[in-house]
Amino acid sequence: MKRRTRSILTGTLAIIASVIVFLVPFTFILMTASKTRQESAALQFSWPEQFALFENIVEVIQTRDFMLITAFINSTVLTVASVTLMVLFSAMVGWVLQRRQSRWNPAINLMVLAGLIIPPAVVPTIWVLQGLELFGTLPGLILIEVTFGLSFSVLMFRAFIAAIPRELDEAATIDGAGPIRLFFQVAFPLLRSVIVTVIVVQAVFVFNDFQNPLYFLPGDENATVQLTLYNFQSQFDTQWNLLFTNILLITIPPLVMYIFFQRQIVAGMTSGAVKG
Amino acid sequence: MAITTERRLARQSKRPGRLPEKPRKSRQKSQYPMWFYIPAAVLFFTLFVVPTIASFYFSLTRWSLFDIEFIGFDNFAQFFREPMLIQGFVNTFIFGFITSGLKVVFGLLLAVLLSSQIMGRTFLRSVVFFPVLVSVVGVGITFRVLMDPFDGLINTALAGIGVDGPGWLTDPSYALLSVAFVEVWRGVGLATLIFIAGIVAIPDEYFEAATTDGASPFQNFWHITLPLVRPAMVTVVILSLIGGLRSFDLIWAMTRGGPGFTSDVIASVIFKQYQAGFYGLSSAGNVVLFVVVTAIIVPIFWFLNRKEADQ
Repeated sequence: MKRRTRSILTGTLAIIASVIVFLVPFTFILMTASKTRQESAALQFSWPEQFALFENIVEVIQTRDFMLITAFINSTVLTVASVTLMVLFSAMVGWVLQRRQSRWNPAINLMVLAGLIIPPAVVPTIWVLQGLELFGTLPGLILIEVTFGLSFSVLMFRAFIAAIPRELDEAATIDGAGPIRLFFQVAFPLLRSVIVTVIVVQAVFVFNDFQNPLYFLPGDENATVQLTLYNFQSQFDTQWNLLFTNILLITIPPLVMYIFFQRQIVAGMTSGAVKG
Repeated sequence: MAITTERRLARQSKRPGRLPEKPRKSRQKSQYPMWFYIPAAVLFFTLFVVPTIASFYFSLTRWSLFDIEFIGFDNFAQFFREPMLIQGFVNTFIFGFITSGLKVVFGLLLAVLLSSQIMGRTFLRSVVFFPVLVSVVGVGITFRVLMDPFDGLINTALAGIGVDGPGWLTDPSYALLSVAFVEVWRGVGLATLIFIAGIVAIPDEYFEAATTDGASPFQNFWHITLPLVRPAMVTVVILSLIGGLRSFDLIWAMTRGGPGFTSDVIASVIFKQYQAGFYGLSSAGNVVLFVVVTAIIVPIFWFLNRKEADQ
């Protein structure tokens, strides 16, 4: 009985500690974003005396000719386009890689792992993009995000496809389906759950990406939402309320994703935990 | 490399009759055509393989906006001569290993806590995991304010219990560790979830049998959970090392490598040299990072695969 009380006590303490450690920073963002400029300058963890969240939002949006709106459009185009291509291309690779045993499979598997491990070489990538006249353009950055996201997505698809029985392929083949119909009309619908997982996980990654837009898409008119934070920093250095309102605004899309797709995100990010 | 492979294979599959070593493949056309690889292979080859190979050449040059000149291994010599570059090299290891180690320890503790029967379990899991999804730059800026030496919440709270907190990000001996701490805060949720998935996969019977035999919770953890959660642990170690060794966003958002260059890592050195127009030196940094990451990750990967083959 005594041991039981003690374990409840440690449990409660651990819960309180983790709530403090993980929720205080978010509360701080919310509180600072709601303060007036003078009050936020004190950097204190306190309830705002004057609630100015809506004024701050309006002001952040209007800054620098509605740069945040442009950035949200850029980020949305970037995320949607790159995730679409990523899903399509990596599902095709995962499908053939899992189904067809060729002597190239070990080499392709090695490439997939290499793409996962090796950090991309920045300046030479810019050099290639310049050669293709894609440097500093949104399409260029989209292709970059697709390339860097392929490996992870292929691994997810391959693992999932392994669980789809081959009998389905055979039945479809007997019914006269060619490779394209087999993949798009038979396999693709069966992949639905893993497709959702890949979409959600990669969308969050691409949306939050800071390094690649910084390198491959310079320029204010091209800014993605993560770069607005970076570009506003000097401007807002004395206006913490606006900086934190900006943080708050760009956190909303991932938050919404998380609320609706919690299960898929968790499944995607923890896949491989049990199998290794 | 990959693309020529694809082409050759595509050609082969179109005329299977002419391949004497594969006479049993009499199907006219495979249902899994090799050209499915092509879109991904083209991108991967042009935007990843080519730059990676090119980086080896460029790292041997003095390369600016205007001209390019072959200088042999001078860049690497410079990399290991200049104190600020050496510091970045050493810091990469420190940052990678500290964050990875702490994520394993805290992730496992949180996972054990959050897979037991406690109230608000689902809510707590979300709370712990959410930082993973938040903008890294946003997290960096937030903690820069919280770690402010005078007005920041952390030092104000410490002053409340009579401790004089250091300048977390302004003191050269703390800056890197403070950033590493924030990286752990940000990434431990993912480690926790991976560990939870591993713990949930352990059959309940093991714990029941052990408890019947009088095992304490600690013995349960030490003799059942810890050995059986190994695959999850390997995943966490590999993922956090890959992320930690090439980490850039958080360091850049919090300290930009400062004060001085005490919290620089290879990834931030690469960016600084790029900004300064030393493209050759920046590429050399990439090659060094490539070697570091490969030299650490590949042995772990190889070890893991061997274990899997044994079973």
